[in-house]
Parts: sequence; structure tokens; C-alpha cells
Amino acid sequence: MLLRIAERTAVLLVSLGVSSALVFGFMVLLPGDPARVALGVNATEADVSRLRLEFGLERPLVEQYLSWVGGLVHLDPGISYVSRAQIGPQIADRLQVSLILVAASMTIAVALALPFGTLMAVHHRKASGLVLSALSQVGVAVPAFLAGILLITVFAVQLRWLPASGWTPPAYDPGMFLQQLLLPALSLGLVQGAVLTRYVRSAVLDVLREDFLRTARAKGLTPMRALVRHGLRNAAVPVVTVLGLQLATLLVGAVVIERVFVIPGLGSLLLDAVGNRDLIVVQDVVMVLVVAVLIVNFVVDLLYLAIDPRLRTVAR
Amino acid sequence: MTAAPEHTAYPVGGMPPTRTPADTPPPADVARVRDLAVTVGHKPLLIDVDLTVRRGERVGLIGESGSGKSLTALAIMGLLPEDLAPTGSVVVTGQGPGGIARTTSVLEAGEHGLAAMRGRDVAMVFQEPMTALNPTMRVGAQVAEVMTIHRTVADRGAAARRAVELLDKVGLPDAAEAARAYPHQLSGGQRQRVVVAMALANDPALLICDEPTTALDVTVQALVLDLIVRGVEARDAGLLFITHDLAVVASVCERVLVMYGGRVVEAGPVLDVFTRPRHRYTRGLIGASDLDLSRPEGGLYTIQGSVPAAGRFPAGCVFRNRCTHATVECEAVPPWVGSGPEEGFACAHPVVHHEGGGS
Repeated sequence: MLLRIAERTAVLLVSLGVSSALVFGFMVLLPGDPARVALGVNATEADVSRLRLEFGLERPLVEQYLSWVGGLVHLDPGISYVSRAQIGPQIADRLQVSLILVAASMTIAVALALPFGTLMAVHHRKASGLVLSALSQVGVAVPAFLAGILLITVFAVQLRWLPASGWTPPAYDPGMFLQQLLLPALSLGLVQGAVLTRYVRSAVLDVLREDFLRTARAKGLTPMRALVRHGLRNAAVPVVTVLGLQLATLLVGAVVIERVFVIPGLGSLLLDAVGNRDLIVVQDVVMVLVVAVLIVNFVVDLLYLAIDPRLRTVAR
Repeated sequence: MTAAPEHTAYPVGGMPPTRTPADTPPPADVARVRDLAVTVGHKPLLIDVDLTVRRGERVGLIGESGSGKSLTALAIMGLLPEDLAPTGSVVVTGQGPGGIARTTSVLEAGEHGLAAMRGRDVAMVFQEPMTALNPTMRVGAQVAEVMTIHRTVADRGAAARRAVELLDKVGLPDAAEAARAYPHQLSGGQRQRVVVAMALANDPALLICDEPTTALDVTVQALVLDLIVRGVEARDAGLLFITHDLAVVASVCERVLVMYGGRVVEAGPVLDVFTRPRHRYTRGLIGASDLDLSRPEGGLYTIQGSVPAAGRFPAGCVFRNRCTHATVECEAVPPWVGSGPEEGFACAHPVVHHEGGGS
């Protein structure tokens, strides 16, 4: 068990190293000089070389890479080429907003998918199962941004129940925070929930066919209790896999929804940085997203070990 | 009156004393199946199945795969797949809470009535030990659960202690340690012992075993069989033992029913049926199982053809398309000849034995 955890941790560390090198490498490979890009076409040669010196762009690439990674390890991603502001606090602020949005969306998705997916599996031959199945199919087909626009049209413009956009920190005004969070979280959560529902359904269907579920019923458990006590944990492995993938998708997918709802998250920071040609900020934000995805995968791996004792043994 | 067959192939821990005296009342029926029929769509899977198991009695159910043996067992458990429509009657009598006899009409009972019966009045050991246990739950907890479900022990702690005791009784080395193991850490034979411990935990009135040793190594088979026989003997429970291994039936059971094409084609005491089979199918089955018997032209006896798919058996005698003795007479369902559902056969051209022990 401990060996398995150590193994996964090693995989995480190696992936972090490789991906940071890749992100850095891609930025280097991009045509154009970051200083010139940041200063724009009208900058003089003197300005450009001053900026290059200031940001250490004259140093060898390895040295630049190491100082960037070293900064990241100490949670100091450096200074913006354009605004000369510290990038760290900006990312921290934006990341907090994005994480809240993603967490809320995921909660909605899971709260929808577990009960409905299970019901669809249990009633897969009945009309109720088919109706749910068709509904989820529609949900899968709708992109999140379209769901967002539809939700705004109905609940903000027509019914005027909820604000159409904006963001209020929870500590500042909890009521307003929740009102503004609801629509963007729903547009991401409904769509991801529809996808997840289908995976929950197939995982539960698989588990319903297992011999040990028949054993559980032969012991005197009703079908529902047998499913809850013996089936769900076994159905969890494939569901957790999809959940991990969805979290990763959401982290990146929130970019569009943040635009639609004017939310100051990591996504808008990234888009702004691209617009301002602030390459170091782009590089940092991309790296933060990569780290988040890798951590999600790491947690998923640990969850596998927690769920299925068969995976804990090292030798096979 | 039955006697143990001469060629006991497995050590079964001694046969029980033969029961006879007329002054003691006959033991109560623990399972009573009458006119059981199961159809899917319009295809018949079981037709007119009559079967009785009494307390302390060990009954074998034999036949090729696809004969309807497992389906009969699942019908008694009330575990038939939802799309199958059973008719007839299946009555299970066991000890309900407080030792008061409880009778369940399986085909009519609701899911809660059935759940109360399963694992308490009647328990089942399935064929495949590798998949019968929940892979994410410790085996001790799985054994304990069947007792907490039916509240046959005071509390969870008592259930856990009793589970260890039961695992010890079924011969798991270091039962306390084994109780903490997950199924994948045990061998197939050990897992089947766990399943047997689970099935016997609540002292059921009837134990159904569906080919419990087929998936096991030959060396382990005898041990698990012994466990099952001693387990039901100690509880004076009835045993319904499904297998296609005739040697196992001969060593374990007192009575036997032969099934083919969803029907019971012959029934009787094991010794009678095995030494003087009347139905042509039984004759073929025994001939095919007897490795000492070979055809004059070489090779072992077999039954020609193969078992048709469900619902594709011929009308009339279900065996007639594979039977060398079939005539036009067999196009009608042959009547049951015998003293009752427990002894007799349904064959228009039965094997006649005074002519010299077989055809």
C-alpha cells in the first residue's frame, strides 16, 4: 500500500518536471522575442534590450528555466513584462475564483449524476429510465457556453430572478456571491452532470450483473440495499476516472464560461494575458492549470487505492 | 429406504443413520415445488417441475447444462430474472424469528418477504467462488453481514466474532486473520469455504448448492463437499444439490431428480436410479459418466447430439430428437409412471432391467 502511494507520488513529481520543461520549451519555441512582443511594434531597440536585460532573457535557457521553476516552487512566479506587477497575488486571486466555480459545478454534476445515473441503471428497461436517458443525451449534446446563454436569457433577462453576470467575493456579500455563482455553476454543472450520469449508469449496470450482487440478494438484502451496500463502491472506480477527467476539463473549460458571465477567474487572466502579449503570465497560468490537472490525476490514483483493495497489492 | 452407494467416491464424514421407523412423523417439507413452469416470452424454460426437500434430506438434481437445474434453484430462492414469468407453486418453510416456523410462498411473496426468507430459511452456494464475493469488502464482514441482516446475533460485535468462528469451522487456517482478508487474497477453494460459512451462518432449513465444486481443483472438491454435508447434517437442514457430476450425487445425496429440457424426467432413490435407470435419458447420462463402460467398437458412451437451446426442445418427449428408441408414440408427452413425484419416470420406452441390466 505505502509502496503504491510512493510510486504514485514519484509519477506525480516526474510529470511535474517534464510538463514544466514542456511549457517552458513551447514558450521559447514561439516565434518572436518576448520583450519585443511585450513592448509592441513601435518599441526602440534600446527599450527592447533594456527589458531583455531586466528580465534576464540574455541568460542561457537552462538558467532561465531553472530560475523560473525555482520561483514557482517558492510560489513566486515572477513579474509581468507588461504591467511590472507581481504575478503571484494575481494568480492566487483568480485561482480562488476559478476553484470555487469548478467546485460548485462539480458538486452540481455529482449531485445530479449519482442518483439519476443509478435510477437509470435500475430502471433501464422501464419508461422512466428511458426518459432520463433521453434527457441526459440532450444534456451531453449542449455545450456549456450555450447552456450559459440559455440560462441567462431565461433566468436573468426574462424572469429577472438572478443576475446575468459579475462576481462578488463570498466574504464580502455571501447572498450576492451565491446569486452570481448559481448560473455559471449550473451551466457547467448541468452539462458535466449529463455526461457523468451516463457513466454512472453504465457502471451501475455493469455492477448489477455481477455475481456478488446476486450473493448479496441471496443473503437477504433487497435489490436496492444490495446495490447500495455492495454495488456502489464497486461501481465507483470507472466513475472516479471520469470525474478526474471532468475536473481537468472544467478547470480549462471554465475559461469560456468566465467570459460569458464576466467572472474574474484564471481563464479571464489567461485570455487577458494573451491579449496583452504578456508571455510570462501566459506561461505561469498554463503551468498552474497543468499542475492542477496533475494533482487531480494523483488524487484519482489515490482514490483507486482507497476504493479497490485489489489494486493495493504491488506484485501481480 | 436408502443405503449409501458402495462406491463412495468422496469422504463425506459418514452417512446419516437411515431414517425409517413408522412411529415417528415424517420430517417437515422445507421446500415444496409443484407444477412449476417458467417461460420467457412464449418459450418454456421449465415445465411441470415437482420437487420436495424435507428436513435432513439430501436431494440431488442432475442433468446436462441447459436442462433447467439452476433455474429451478433460482425459482426456489425467488431470484429468477425479472423477465421470466413463473407459474405453479413454490413453498419454503423455515425457522422464522423466535424459532416459529415461517412459510413463504415464493412466487407470490413481495420483495421484502423474499428478502426475509433468503439467507435465513434458505441459503445458496453458487458455482463460481471467484466472483461470488464482494471484492471491496473483507470476508469476515461479508459473513457477519448475513447475520446482522436477519438479526440472528445480538449486535455487530457478536456477528464479527461469530463470523470468525464460522470461518474457523469451515477450515480456514487462522480464521481471525482470514476474516480480515479481502477475497482476492484467498484461493478459489478458500473463497468457496467462505461462501459456505456465509450460507450456513443462520442455520437455514434448506441449503441449495448449485455446482459448488465444479470450479474447484479436484483435491479441494472433496473437502468442500465434506464441509457442505457435515454442515447440513449438523443443522438437520435439507440439501438440494445441483451437479452434473454423478459420482458426487452418489456420495452426497439420498434421492435424485433427473432433469432434461426443463422437465423432471426421472426421480427416485439414488441407488435405484443409478443402478436401474428407466428413462432413456438417465440411461444415457449414466452411460456417458461411466468410465469403466466402453462401447464394443471403442470409445466411451455418449448421448448423441447436443442439448437444444432454451425453448427449442421438441414437443412431446423433450428427449426424443436425441433418443435412439424414439417412435411416433413419443410425439405425445409421456405420462409419469411411478408411485409419486419422488419416484418414477416419464418415458414411453423405458429401459427394461430383467432382460439383463440394460439395453
